[in-house]
Amino acid sequence: MLRYVFGRLLGAIPTLFLIVTISFFLIRIAPGGPFDLERPLEAKVMENLNKIYHLNEPLWNQYLLYLQSVARLDFGPSFYFRDFSINELFAESLPISIQLGLSALCLALIVGGILGVAAALRQNRPADYSIMAAATLGVTIPNFVVAPILTLILGVWLGWLPVGGWNGGAFVNRVLPVVTLALPQIAVVARLTRGSMIEALRSNHVRTARAYGLTSYMIVVVHALRGAILPVVSYLGPAAAALLTGSVVIETIFGIPGIGRYFVQGALNRDYTLVMGTVVVVACFVILFNLVVDLLYALLDPRVRYD
Amino acid sequence: MTSETKKTVLSIKDLKVDFETATGTINAVQGVDIHVQAGETVAIVGESGSGKSQTMMAAMGLLASNGRTRGEVIYEGRNILGLPVGKLNKIRGAKITMIFQEPMTSLDPLYTIGRQLAEPMVVHGGLSWKAAKAKALDLLKLVNIPEPERKINAYPYEMSGGQRQRVMIAMSLANDPDVLIADEPTTALDVTTQAQILDLLADLQKRLGMAVIFITHDLGIVRRIADRVYVMKTGEVVENGDTGQIFNRPAHPYTRMLLDAEPTGHKLPVPDSAPVLLEAQKVAVEFELDSGFLKPRHVLRAVDNISFSLRKGQTLGIVGESGSGKSTLGRAVLNLLPAGGRVVFHGQQITGKSRAEMRALRKDMQLIFQDPFGSLSPRMTVGQIISEGLMVHEPSLSGRQRDERACQALEEVSLDPAMRNRYPHEFSGGQRQRIAIARTMVLKPELVVLDEPTSALDRTIQKQVVELLRDLQKAHGLTYLFISHDLAVVRAISDTVMVMQRGKVVEAGTADAIFEAPKCDYTKELIGAAMLTQQQMMETA
Amino acid sequence: MTLTATSSAGAPAKGRSLWDDARDRLLANRAAVASIIVLLTIGLISVFGPILSAHHYDTVYRDYVKVPASLEAYPKPEQVEPGFMSSAKRARLTVETFEREGDTIVAKVTSSRDIDPRAVLYFDRSDLFKNTELTDMSADNKSATVRADINFMHFYFGTDANGRDMMTRTFIAGRVSLTIGLLATFVAISIGVLYGATSGYLGGRVDQMMMRVVDILYSLPFIFFVIMLVVFFGRNFILMFIAVGAVEWLDMARIVRGQTLTIKRQEYVQAAEALGVADGGIVRRHIIPNTLGPVVVYMTLLVPKVILLESFLSFLGLGIQEPMTSWGVLISEGARNLQGAPWMLIFPSIFLTSTLFALNFIGDGLRDALDPKDR
Repeated sequence: MLRYVFGRLLGAIPTLFLIVTISFFLIRIAPGGPFDLERPLEAKVMENLNKIYHLNEPLWNQYLLYLQSVARLDFGPSFYFRDFSINELFAESLPISIQLGLSALCLALIVGGILGVAAALRQNRPADYSIMAAATLGVTIPNFVVAPILTLILGVWLGWLPVGGWNGGAFVNRVLPVVTLALPQIAVVARLTRGSMIEALRSNHVRTARAYGLTSYMIVVVHALRGAILPVVSYLGPAAAALLTGSVVIETIFGIPGIGRYFVQGALNRDYTLVMGTVVVVACFVILFNLVVDLLYALLDPRVRYD
Repeated sequence: MTSETKKTVLSIKDLKVDFETATGTINAVQGVDIHVQAGETVAIVGESGSGKSQTMMAAMGLLASNGRTRGEVIYEGRNILGLPVGKLNKIRGAKITMIFQEPMTSLDPLYTIGRQLAEPMVVHGGLSWKAAKAKALDLLKLVNIPEPERKINAYPYEMSGGQRQRVMIAMSLANDPDVLIADEPTTALDVTTQAQILDLLADLQKRLGMAVIFITHDLGIVRRIADRVYVMKTGEVVENGDTGQIFNRPAHPYTRMLLDAEPTGHKLPVPDSAPVLLEAQKVAVEFELDSGFLKPRHVLRAVDNISFSLRKGQTLGIVGESGSGKSTLGRAVLNLLPAGGRVVFHGQQITGKSRAEMRALRKDMQLIFQDPFGSLSPRMTVGQIISEGLMVHEPSLSGRQRDERACQALEEVSLDPAMRNRYPHEFSGGQRQRIAIARTMVLKPELVVLDEPTSALDRTIQKQVVELLRDLQKAHGLTYLFISHDLAVVRAISDTVMVMQRGKVVEAGTADAIFEAPKCDYTKELIGAAMLTQQQMMETA
Repeated sequence: MTLTATSSAGAPAKGRSLWDDARDRLLANRAAVASIIVLLTIGLISVFGPILSAHHYDTVYRDYVKVPASLEAYPKPEQVEPGFMSSAKRARLTVETFEREGDTIVAKVTSSRDIDPRAVLYFDRSDLFKNTELTDMSADNKSATVRADINFMHFYFGTDANGRDMMTRTFIAGRVSLTIGLLATFVAISIGVLYGATSGYLGGRVDQMMMRVVDILYSLPFIFFVIMLVVFFGRNFILMFIAVGAVEWLDMARIVRGQTLTIKRQEYVQAAEALGVADGGIVRRHIIPNTLGPVVVYMTLLVPKVILLESFLSFLGLGIQEPMTSWGVLISEGARNLQGAPWMLIFPSIFLTSTLFALNFIGDGLRDALDPKDR
C-alpha cells in the first residue's frame, strides 16, 4: 500500500512538470505584460523592474530559473503584490480556502447523501420528486444568484448573520459562504447517491439480504449504501480539489481573503508567478485527491487492491 | 412419497401475481396451488416466462416494487403473504431460505464470506458475531468447501461459481430451515459442477430433513432429485404429480412436449472420400493478462496446438466447459483472432492474412453466436441486418434484389418475410437466433462456425433450432463446426466430436465412440454428469 | 413461437425502431415534454422578442432609470406633473396653470424672456411627452400655452440602472446565451466524439497515450485555462466560446471512448467483422448509431453547463461587453442592485433558471428514454 502511494506520488512529478511547462509558456505568449499599466512607467524604472524579475533574460532562461525555484518549493515574488512573495500570499489565504471548502464538502456529503438515500428509498413517490426537483434547482441556480439572495434575506432583512467578511473565521461569518458553496454540491451528491442507490437496491445481493430477513439498517446501510457510495466518491475527487482551492465567486461576494481570487487577479494583471503558483497548487490538489479517491476505493471495495 | 402422514410445511393457495407496467398489467402468475411436505423435494418446472420464479419470489415477499399479489401462502397455519416486513423477517432466512440462480452476483462483493454467512445467524439466532463465525466455519465444512479456515475470510470474487453456490447453500442451512427454495441453482454452472451441487443438495436434505422446492427448466435435474413435480406454463400449473407418473404417463400435452424436447437424432459420418474443406494445424492462441507498463508479462494459452480437419458436409462438435478455449478456437479458425499455426481453407492458407485479404473469403465461412440478444445490431431492421453481408459480397445487387434475397433467407428459417422491417428487440430469443442464421445463410456459405447457438434458448426452442440447422445442412451441403457445452445437443447434431479442457484436446473421435465408450476420465466425468439423467429418460421413454 | 412461413413477401409490417420507442417514452414523460415546450417558448421569445418589442435593447430612457416592473404604462399619473415641471424648468418657462385632459397636457407658461418656439424640444426630449406644441403665443412673446401628448410606454420587466428596458434586454440576452451554449457545445461534442471514437476504436498503445493527454488536461485548473483564452482572443465572444468548447470536450471524449470500447466488444460488431464488413461500414452502421444516445444526453447537459460558465465569466467581468448582454451579465448586474431593484435580478434569473431546468429535465428524460433499464 505504502509502495503504491509512493509510486503514485513519483508518477505525479512528470505530470506536474508538463503542467508547469504548458502553463508557463501559455501565459508568456499572451499579449501584455505585468507592468503595462494605464500610465506607462518611465523607461528607466521599467528596465529596473525587468531586471529584478529577470524579464530581460531569454524566455528559455526564465523557464529554467522558474523550474529551479519551483523545485525548491519557492514560487517567487509576486509581480502585482510587490511586497509579498507568492509563498506568503498562499500561506495566508490557502488555509482559509481549505477550511471553507472542507466544511462545504462535509456538509454536501452528509446532507446530499441523506437526501439521495431518502429519495431512492421512496422512488417515484412525492418525497422523491420533491428532493429531485430541489436538487435540479440546486444545480441550475448559479451561486452568484444564491449568494446575494441569502445575504439579503438572512443578513440584511433578518439580520441574523453578517453580510460578509471573514473576521478570523468566526462561526457566524462562515455559515453563509459554506452553505452557498455547498448547495450545488449537495444537489449533485443527492442525484448521484439516488441513482446508484436505486441500482444497488435492485441488485442480486441486496435481494439475498432481503430473502435472509436482515434488518432494514443492514440492508440499506451495510449492503446497499457501501457499494452505492463508490460513484459519489469518484465524483468527489475532482470536486474536492476544486472546492478546497477556493471559489472566486464566493470569496468575492462575501469578501473572504482566500486563494480563489488570485486566479482571476493573477491572470488579468499578468502576474506570472501568481498564475503559475495557483496552477501548481490546483494541479497538486487534483493529483492528491485522485490518489485519495483511489485509496478510498480500495478501502470500500475489497476487489480493488494496490499491492 | 408414499407416506401420506407427512405434514405439509408450506402451501401456496390460488396465488396470483400481477405487474403494473407502463404498457398495462401483466398477469405473471394466475392462480397457482403448490404445497410441500416435510422432507420432500418438489420441483417446479417450466420454460422462461412461465412464472415459476415469480411464484416463489411472491411467496417470500421479494417481488419488484410494481408487483401485486393475491391469494394465500400458508406456513405453520398462518398466511404469510403480504405480512409486514418485520414479521415476515422472522420467517425468511430462518425457517424458509432461498438459493438463487446467479451465484456470481447473489453474494455481496464487498464483504467476506464469513461475515455474510454470520449475518442471518446473528439476526435470527441471536448469536454473537464470534459464535456465528465459528458456526459459519462448520457450515463451510458441511458444504465441502476446500480450506474452509482460509475461505471464511475470502471475498466472493476470490471464489469460483460453484464455490459461491456452496456458500449460498451453507447460508441457507445456517438456521435449520424447514423449507429451502432453490431457484435454478445450477443453471449458471458447468455440467460437472452442476452434478456436484445437486449431489450436495440431495445429501444435505437426507441428513437435515428439510423440504426443498426446486425451481428449474431442466427435466434431467427434476428426474434426478424430485419426489413430486409441478409443471408450469404461462403463469399456471398445467400438471402435477409424482415424478414417476409425470415422466411415464404425462397427461398434459405441454408436459409431453417438454419431455420430448431433448434434442434427438443422429448424424451419419461423411464418407472418407469427401473433400477436405478446412484443415487446422497446431492452432495456438495466447492472451496477455494484466498487461501493464511495468508488470511482468503473464500469458494464458487459450488454445494450445490444436489440429483437426473438416470434410465437406461434416459436423465437428467441440465440447468443453467454460474457459476451455472452445470459442477462441472457433474464432481462430475463422482468422478473427491472431493465432499461431496454420489454417487451410479450400487449399488456401488463411492464417496471417490481413482483414482486407480475408474479406473475399468471409462469404464462404460464417459465424453464429450464442447470444441472440447481443449479436443483432439493435438499431437496424431485420432486413438490413440480413442484407448487410450482401452489400459487401455482392455489391452488384440492386436494393430490390437484396430485399428479395433477404425474404428468401427469412423463409428458409421459417420466419415471415413480412417482418423484415421490424427491429430485433421485437422478437423472442428463438426468433432472433433464426434471424442470425438467416444472416449467414443469405450468403450461401460453405463453412459455418456455430458458437453455442442453442445455449441461451429454452429446451423446446433448442430442439427446433437444432432441427432447422440439420435441415439447412442437408439442403445446402454445409459444413459445421459446432461449439457447445451441451452434450445432448452436440450428440444430436455432430458426427465427430472433440473434447477440450484448458486449451487442449483431451479426446476426439466419432460421436458414437465418444458418447458410448469414452476413454479419457474427463470425458467420462462430463458424460456422467450430463447423461446420467438422459439415459434414465431413454430407459423410461 | 414457430412461425409458419407465408409465401407472400408483400406488405411488410413496419417495425418500431429503438428510436421510435425512445421517442414514445420521452413523450410519455410529462416533465420532459413540459420542459421541451418551455425551452421552445424561450427560444422563440429570444429570437423574435427583440424584433417585436417596442424598445430597442440599448435605448436609454433617462427619465426611467430603475423603474419597477409594471403591467401599467409609464409615466404613472403622479409622475406626469413633476416631469412636466422639470422639462419646463429646463426650457426656462414658468408654469402658470397645469391641466391634464385625457392623455394630453395643457399648460399656460410664462417666461421673463421671449419664448423661443424651439422650447418644445425640451418637452419632446423628455421620455414622458411627445408632439408638444406651442400655441396662443401672447403678443409680447412672454406667455403661451403648451400642449403635449403623454408618451405612454410599457416596461413589463422594469428598467435597468441606465434606464434601458429589461424585457428587451432579457430577450436579446437569451439570444446570446443560447447561441453561446449551442456553439460551445457543438465544438465540444465534435472534438470529443472524434477524439474519443478514434481513441476507443484504435485501442492499445494509441488509446493509452491519448487518454493520458486527457488526464493531464484534467488536472489543469479549468478557470485558468478559460481566462487565458479570454485574454488571448480578446472579447470576441464567438471566438471565445469556440475556445470554451475546446476546453469542455474532455468529458465527452471519455464517454465516447468508453462507449466505443463497449460496442467494439459487442457480438453484433464481431458478427459484422465475420461478415467481412470493412471498418468504415462498421463505424457507420454499428458504432455511430449506438453511441448517439449517450452523446445526445450529454449534449443536453452540456448546454446548461456552458451557459452557466458564460454567466460566471460575465460575473467576473470577462464575458459579453456592453451594450450587448447575456443572462449572466444581467444577473450579475441584478445581484449588485438586488436591494434597490430586485426586478433586475428576478427576470433574467427566471429565464436562465427555467432554461437550465428544462435542459436538465430533457437530458434526464432522454437518458431514461434512450437507455431504459428494462430493455
